[in-house]
Amino acid sequence: MPCPYGKGRFMILKGAVHKFDDDINTDDIISAKYLVSTDAAELGRHCMESIRSDFAAKVKAGDIIVAGKNFGCGSSREHAPLAVKGCGVAAVVAKSFAAIFFRNAINIGLPFLECAEFDKIAENDVLEIDLNKGIIKNITKKQTYKTQPFPAFLQEIVKAGGLMKYIKARV
Amino acid sequence: MAHTIAEKILLKHTDRKNIRPGEFIEAEIDLALANDITAPLAIEEFKKAGFSKVFDRKKVVFVSDHFAPAKDARSANQCKFVSHFSAEQKIENYFEVGRMGIEHALLPELGLVKPGDLVIGADSHTCTYGALGCYSTGIGSTDLARGLADGKCWFKVPSSIKFVYQGALGKWIGGKDLILFTIGSIGVDGALYSAMEFTGPVIRGLDMDNRLTMSNMAIEAGARAGIIEPDEITIDYMKSVHTSPITVYRKEEWLNLKSDKDAQYAKVYEWDVSDLEPQVACPHLPSNVKPVKKLKNIKLDQVVIGSCTNGRITDLRIAARILKGKKAKSGLRLIVIPGTQHIYTQAIQEGLAEIFVNAGGVFSTPTCGPCLGGHIGILAEDEVCLATTNRNFIGRMGSPKSLVYLSGPAVAAASAITGRITHPEEIIK
Repeated sequence: MPCPYGKGRFMILKGAVHKFDDDINTDDIISAKYLVSTDAAELGRHCMESIRSDFAAKVKAGDIIVAGKNFGCGSSREHAPLAVKGCGVAAVVAKSFAAIFFRNAINIGLPFLECAEFDKIAENDVLEIDLNKGIIKNITKKQTYKTQPFPAFLQEIVKAGGLMKYIKARV
Repeated sequence: MAHTIAEKILLKHTDRKNIRPGEFIEAEIDLALANDITAPLAIEEFKKAGFSKVFDRKKVVFVSDHFAPAKDARSANQCKFVSHFSAEQKIENYFEVGRMGIEHALLPELGLVKPGDLVIGADSHTCTYGALGCYSTGIGSTDLARGLADGKCWFKVPSSIKFVYQGALGKWIGGKDLILFTIGSIGVDGALYSAMEFTGPVIRGLDMDNRLTMSNMAIEAGARAGIIEPDEITIDYMKSVHTSPITVYRKEEWLNLKSDKDAQYAKVYEWDVSDLEPQVACPHLPSNVKPVKKLKNIKLDQVVIGSCTNGRITDLRIAARILKGKKAKSGLRLIVIPGTQHIYTQAIQEGLAEIFVNAGGVFSTPTCGPCLGGHIGILAEDEVCLATTNRNFIGRMGSPKSLVYLSGPAVAAASAITGRITHPEEIIK
């Protein structure tokens, strides 16, 4: 079984789906006008504001973002994955991720999974994500989806608890 | 094994004998860059992890350009934080108001980046320096924090995609039209995780400013880099900037920095661009590209000429040529922002600044400003802007109900005069 995050380390995540389209960019995730703070909670209060103004108010701790291809395209702002974390989202599932967002999510420890079966998941579906096995269960629809495993190198960074801890352990 | 130029540069910065696309590597960087938005987060992470000294103070560059001159107290705090850290670490390459330029216009101009370099920047448009034959790429603040700590970065070796441009460019066509056409053709994830390599006779004929514009927007196709092999134009450019102490002038080595003939590409695109019309990206994606003549009667409230994409002297000269002796349409705001202090003084000396001001425009100090909805030209609800910037996402330049179109400087200047999106030939026959 593919293990995107490495074996036996992560809790099972369970939450309701907030569904987004393709090409959700970092300006959508956190508008530049809020980049005067590095505080995740503050950033989280404005997450997705330009495209879904009630998102931050509606989202509950543990909820899951499900999106199409190229999630997180655009700017390098790490404030974007911080805002996602800060508003309480437990994980992001997308068809694909833009490269810098992918790095940032690995480096700061925001759980995310690449899953081709985006179309089968609907708004408000409840998902159960096993990061250890790389499996997503759709509780609402009684379906199971496979995800793309992470390469061993990235698993090491994740296991260490993020990039800085990984580096620190090796210095 | 045969390698592309991207693979060669990455390989040279590792202790490995070979690399292949898809592999993860650790590489030594030549330069680490951040700005007033991304540096504070990087510095916090650097300190939080217990590091106290940057790996090499001469290989770190901080530029307060996004919200500077500070747009409010919190932005001012961020600039101050970066300024203090730079002083504490004795980082000489800290640029703030007065020395500051838009980072990706400034670094090439100062000779801080050179062919064959491996550069990371906590700014997605760091890919700009690919025009000089660098592997330069955008990363996040934590990546930057790590780079500050040990001078290294992890990379997934990208596969390369080759773009060959044949033919001869029409009168009003520049680097912006070529890159918009390219993104329009392949989509905003058309080069996801890849290195784009721009080549062919058209690229060989482009001046460095137009090349920088092309490489700048590689990220808008999802690419990690947008590279152009060094040639005599690169050498001439490096000669013109090589006053900086860290620039070592190595003509033979740079001219030899090329992809091997049998290097592997994931894809090759080849286009004859002789008939290419000026291109415009419509809301809300840089890939939503149309030839300017297909856009009838798109009325504009604002035109912005500037940014790390098109704020160089060549861009201002083109805009001034069209605006000379003319007025921006009544009720339209024309905002012109030179990329650096040097470009600013050039524009004054050449009389360009006067042309913009006489046209009823604003001629601003260098800043990223309106491009990311920071300041100096934020859009109200339902307003429409044509900008020479790089992104037209929802709310990018202000209200989520505003609309942003992207073009090169010629279309932007012509459109400022008529108040609607306009082909430059309508103004200058």
